[in-house]
Amino acid sequence: MSITQIGQGSYEIQDVSVAATAAIGGPKEGQGPLGSYFDEIWPSETHKGESFEEAERALTEDTMELVVKKANISWEDIDLVMGGDLLDQLVSTNFSARRHQRPLLGLFSACAVFTQGLGLAATMLSDKGPRSVLVTAVSHHMAAERQFRFPIELGYQRTPTAAWTATAAGAVVLVAGARHPVGIEAVTFGRVVDFGSKNPNDMGSAMAPAALDTIQRHCAATATTLQDYDAVYTGDLGVIGIKLLTLLGGERGLNIDERVRDCGQSLYHLVEQDVHNGGSGPGCSASVFSGYLYRRLQVGQWHRLLFVATGALFSPTTYQQGESIPCIAHAVSLTHREPGGTTL
Amino acid sequence: MHQEDSDQAKAYQQLVKSNQPKKPIVKNVLLAFLYGGMISLVGQGIQVAFIVGGMSKEDATSPTTVVLIGLGALLTGLGWYDQLTKHGGMGATLPITGFANAMVAPAMEFRREGLVMGVGVKLFTVAGPVLVYGLSAAFVVGVVRYLVTGVA
Repeated sequence: MSITQIGQGSYEIQDVSVAATAAIGGPKEGQGPLGSYFDEIWPSETHKGESFEEAERALTEDTMELVVKKANISWEDIDLVMGGDLLDQLVSTNFSARRHQRPLLGLFSACAVFTQGLGLAATMLSDKGPRSVLVTAVSHHMAAERQFRFPIELGYQRTPTAAWTATAAGAVVLVAGARHPVGIEAVTFGRVVDFGSKNPNDMGSAMAPAALDTIQRHCAATATTLQDYDAVYTGDLGVIGIKLLTLLGGERGLNIDERVRDCGQSLYHLVEQDVHNGGSGPGCSASVFSGYLYRRLQVGQWHRLLFVATGALFSPTTYQQGESIPCIAHAVSLTHREPGGTTL
Repeated sequence: MHQEDSDQAKAYQQLVKSNQPKKPIVKNVLLAFLYGGMISLVGQGIQVAFIVGGMSKEDATSPTTVVLIGLGALLTGLGWYDQLTKHGGMGATLPITGFANAMVAPAMEFRREGLVMGVGVKLFTVAGPVLVYGLSAAFVVGVVRYLVTGVA
C-alpha cells in the first residue's frame, strides 16, 4: 500500500478500491437515458423536506445511508466523510453531518467536488490514513436556481448554452485494500484556469480549458494517452464545452475522439427534456459516476476510465461585479481489476 | 499579465464566440408576437365585457388591469406562467400579466424565510429594477413636458 507523487498534484495510488456506490435522482433525471442506473428516483423534486434546501439535504442523507447499506458495513466503520454541494456555506454537506456523526471534511470546488473528494480520499487511504472514506456530492435543481438565478415560477427564456442543474446525489465508499473489482490508480488535482469567460449562462465554455489542462497534466504524469482509456468522462461541460475541448485540444495536438464524453450531456435527452447544453451541478457527475460509470467498470465492460469533474468557481456577486469565471477540474483514473488483484 | 487577460485567453474567447449556438431569433420574435397578441386580445375582451356591462371606456381601464394582474398571479401560482414565458418570451413578459408573474414568483419562493425577511425583502427582487427605472424615466419625461408645455 503506497502513494507516489508522479507530477505536481498528480499521485499514483495503490490498493484503494470502491466498496460500493449509490445514486438517487429527481424525476427528470429518472426520465433521462441513465434513469435505470439510479438506485432510487424521487417521484417529485420536493419529495422530502419543506424547502428546496431541505430537499437537497434529504437527498444527500438518503444517498449516504444507501451507500453504507450497500457496502454492507455500519456507519461506525466509516472513518471519514468528504463531500460538497453548491449551496452557500455548504449547508447540505455540513447539516447532513449532524445525522451521521462521522468526522467530516466539507469540500468546495463547485461541480468538480466529487473528483476532488475521490482524489483526496484516495491519497489518504493509500498513505495508511483512514481505512474507509465515504465521498458524496449533491445538487438540487430548485435550490440552485434560487441561489444562482431566479425564483422557480418566474418565467424567462434560457439561452442555448445554459445548463440544467441536476437534482441528484452520488456517494461512494472507498476502502484501503484491493479486494473490490474497481480501484483508483491515479489522481490529478486541478489548477485554476481562467480564460476570461464572463457569461454565467455558458459555463461549458468557461470550464473547457480547465478540463483540458487537467487531462493533459494527468496524461503526462501517468504516461498515458486518451486512447489508453476505454472512456473519458468530463463532469458538466455539456455540448458546447465538449466541442470547445475538442477544438482547443486539437490546437494543442491532443486527439479528443468519441471516447471523450460528458456526464452532463449523458444524463438527459437534451432536446426532448429541454435542457439545452446539458446537466450540471455536483450531483450530476457524482450520480452519473455512482450509477452508470461505476457499473461499466464493475462488470468489466470497461477496464480503464478517466473521470474529470469540472467546476466553475464563481458566485452571483463576482459575475455581477464583472469578474471572469475561474474554473477547475480534478481527474481520477479508475481500473477494473481482474480477480487476484492485478491491474490491467 | 494575468491569465484571464492574456493573448491565449483572448484567442480562446474568439473561439468561444465563433462556436456559440445560434439563438432562434426569428422564431422567438414570431412567438413573442403571437403570445403578446393573445394576452392583449384577452385584455381587450375583458375591457369590452366591462363596457358592455355599462362602464365608459376610461372607467373600464382600471378594472381590466386588475383582472389581468389577477390572472397573471393565478397562472403563476398554478405553475403555468413560466411555461407561457418559456415559449412566448418577451410576449409574455412585457404585458402586465408578466409584471404580476415577477411579483408573485418571489413572493411564493421566499415565503419560507418568513413574511418580513422573506416575502417583504425579496418581493421586489425581480420587479425592483423595472420600478426604479420606470419611475425615473417617468420623472425625466415629466420634467421635459413641464419645461416644454408649462403643464405639470
